[in-house]
Amino acid sequence: MKERAIGEVILDLKNISLSFGAMRVLNNISFDVRKSEIRSIIGPNGAGKSSMLNVINGVYHPQEGEISFRGEVRKQMKVHEAAGFGIARTFQNIALFKGMSTLDNIMTGRNLKMKSSMFSQAIYWGKAQKEEIEHRRKVEEIIDFLEIQAIRKTPVGRLPYGMQKRVELGRALAAEPEILLLDEPMAGMNVEEKEDMSRFVLDINDEFGTTIVLIEHDMGVVMDISDRVVVLDYGRQLADGTPDVVRNNQDVIDAYLGVSH
Amino acid sequence: MSLSPNQPDGQTNATLDTFPKLLLNHARVRGNKVAMREKDLGIWQSWTWSEVSDEVRALACGLAALGFKRGDKLAIIGDNRPRLYWGFAAVQCLGGIPVPLYQDSVADEMAYVLGDAEVRFALVEDQEQTDKMLEITEQYPALEAVIYEDPRGLRDYDQGFCTYIETLQARGREFHSQHPDYLDQEIAKGRGDDISVILYTSGTTGKPKGVCMTHHAFIEAARGSAEFDGLNDNDSMLAYLPMAWVGDHLFSYAQALVTGFTINCPESAETVMTDMREIGPTYYFAPPRVFENLLTQVMVRMQDASAIKRRMFDYFMDVARRCGAEILSGNKEVSTRDRLLYRLGDFFVYGPLRNVLGMSKLRIAYTAGAAIGPDLFRFYRSLGINLKQLYGSTETCAYVCLQPNGDVKLDTVGIPAPKVEIKIADNGEVLVKGPMLFAEYYNRPEDTAETMNAEGYFLTGDAGFLDEDGHLKIIDRAKDVGKLSSGAIFAPNYVENKLKFFPHIKEAVAFGHDRNQVCAFINIDLESVGNWAERRGLPYSGYTDLASRPEVYDLILECVNQANRDLVDDPMLSESQVHRFLILHKELDPDDDELTRTRKVRRRFISEKYHDLVEALYSDIDEIHTSTEVKYEDGRRGVIEADLRIRNAETHVTEPLKKAS
Repeated sequence: MKERAIGEVILDLKNISLSFGAMRVLNNISFDVRKSEIRSIIGPNGAGKSSMLNVINGVYHPQEGEISFRGEVRKQMKVHEAAGFGIARTFQNIALFKGMSTLDNIMTGRNLKMKSSMFSQAIYWGKAQKEEIEHRRKVEEIIDFLEIQAIRKTPVGRLPYGMQKRVELGRALAAEPEILLLDEPMAGMNVEEKEDMSRFVLDINDEFGTTIVLIEHDMGVVMDISDRVVVLDYGRQLADGTPDVVRNNQDVIDAYLGVSH
Repeated sequence: MSLSPNQPDGQTNATLDTFPKLLLNHARVRGNKVAMREKDLGIWQSWTWSEVSDEVRALACGLAALGFKRGDKLAIIGDNRPRLYWGFAAVQCLGGIPVPLYQDSVADEMAYVLGDAEVRFALVEDQEQTDKMLEITEQYPALEAVIYEDPRGLRDYDQGFCTYIETLQARGREFHSQHPDYLDQEIAKGRGDDISVILYTSGTTGKPKGVCMTHHAFIEAARGSAEFDGLNDNDSMLAYLPMAWVGDHLFSYAQALVTGFTINCPESAETVMTDMREIGPTYYFAPPRVFENLLTQVMVRMQDASAIKRRMFDYFMDVARRCGAEILSGNKEVSTRDRLLYRLGDFFVYGPLRNVLGMSKLRIAYTAGAAIGPDLFRFYRSLGINLKQLYGSTETCAYVCLQPNGDVKLDTVGIPAPKVEIKIADNGEVLVKGPMLFAEYYNRPEDTAETMNAEGYFLTGDAGFLDEDGHLKIIDRAKDVGKLSSGAIFAPNYVENKLKFFPHIKEAVAFGHDRNQVCAFINIDLESVGNWAERRGLPYSGYTDLASRPEVYDLILECVNQANRDLVDDPMLSESQVHRFLILHKELDPDDDELTRTRKVRRRFISEKYHDLVEALYSDIDEIHTSTEVKYEDGRRGVIEADLRIRNAETHVTEPLKKAS
């Protein structure tokens, strides 16, 4: 295994608390994400993992705590700001355009990068034409990277689940993100599909230096590919550290395996 | 294939005796014609012959700069990529020998071949293959350098050991500017009887053997087949079969370099169908299973079509079945009405169907490698697709017999190809002689001697006979052919294939050597029979249950009866009719050692393992209880118990050979 250059902290979350009414979803969570690392968030059902991800990309606004992204502190970040800052994500439940082809779905990920007006795009004229060709090239590179050439023109709704997940990853990649948030990318997959997906996550991290924040249930996968892991349980932060540290943490063992009272 | 008369520098067939010389000649004669295409990032990229020749020169000089010497070997591993094909030519320029490997082999298998062929350098496609090479260096330290074609994920690898092909080519261009005459001199040193390539046999029987082929053999085979089928530089071919396989080397390399036609490399293994439609090749090769898959896809999609389309399809497919193949063969006896209907069908059904299959421009299609079902074969021919069979092996450049246009028989592999002599030995084995024969097995003189007889014939190991028109009919591997107690010839594989051509039958095992009659085990095809059962509302819980149903026995009995009717027509094999059969309670499985990894039945093993069932077949009982141990994929063991029925099939009395009246 070769060394990856893990850089300075680019995303720092301090004392984040989030409630919906009386329901405390996140309670005083603090962790940071370093450049080019694979950072995992794990925890049992309802631990607050997806909420955490939603906080990071600005869907939810925490009542307490602060988020600093590349040194800039902000209490609230709007969704489109997050995208503009280079944060892209995939969803636990696939959120693709079912009737559109793989190619078009990934193309939508380029939306933010398109500069020409909607009108010139519509008539495919001048700058828009050049731009479209450039974007198409980029999308084709992603298709090549994820090895989905065979389904380029297939409507996404007709694809098997594992493939849809891969297309969704492709769309997130199309935004050329600095941080990629993956919400259970391997849920519902068989062993082979999981292995493929793990390989792609590692490759993305390796090839583009993309920082990855991963939520995953499969402990084997998490422990294999993560640089650092943070463990949540009912909104509390149980542990934070390298896979080895987390694996041997008594609180984590209790939460996962149960504890006799 | 003779050359056009006005070749530059007075080149003739005799002077163009190596592949590099052919390449240089193409660069001069048809420099601007497209030699290769590859789909990259969704767009077809092309290289002309002069560009290919430049690239090959740069690669060859790069290899020379790396220390590659005459006689050295270069392993070539990966999917069909233009740059890997350039690797063959580049090595041959330097008088080295390319050794293509199957890209899906595991590292251990590759290590064996690299060691056996004493390979020093490897040209590989991507990270996956590079990783295998790195793994191999531990057991095989003689590997000096790996050149990769796709840099993805390889940036951080040790660049002393691994080199990106473009970096190497840049070094090669520099080398060429310093030593401008070096490469031309090396190419001029090449002789037709130099070894041009070592192809490894698949090793189904024992360790793989390296088959050394000369330039002369492959060029002669390519010239012969090009002449036979009138191939020329306007043809176009899809290169998608493993590069380590003799067929691909003949079709995508040797024939392309002899005739100057274009080869097209698909984007990936999964996109072959789409790529084929976009390219519309004029010349095509596929093993039978590819044709079978295409047919299944067509049929499945037709079931979803609207009622009108389906009726049109069914009607015109009936017409095609009746007269299509005859019209293609130029048979004069087809009625005018049928000809008109066929024209109409061509417009409405066959033409569009050919288009969907990417076969609109197809002039010649070949299949080989396994027996092809007569219905399947007829289906394609009746659509107006000139599908033919050929016969050959690695040792013969896949060039022994070819079916001539207009004289295609469904159950033979055609007539001897130009310059090939065929003889049938006393034991029925097919012997061949000609310029296309291999030089030797690499470093295995005893093996080489064993396969050659005193008169210079190569023993193919296949049993067959020549029919009255001189067409060769292959029936089985010679060592598997046995005799019934009546003395009649018994070819188990031939019988099994006859049975397996029925979609409901997945595997069959025929017994009969030293017995008074032929009996068989049958495995039903779960998908096909399951579908049949579903349509009839027949519930079942799994393979064992379905296989024991009387209805299913009736279904299979029909198939066996039909097979017997076919067998009785063949005077040599009519006594091989299946008298009794049973449907096995479990699927034959490589995990239980019943099949080889390439899914060939291990007849002897099966007859020992199911000894009780074989004896039951040759007794007169109708039912037997049996229990079999099975291994699951995770290594656990279990036992399947079942009561098996044995059924008698209809057989026909064989008349003594009818005199032709």
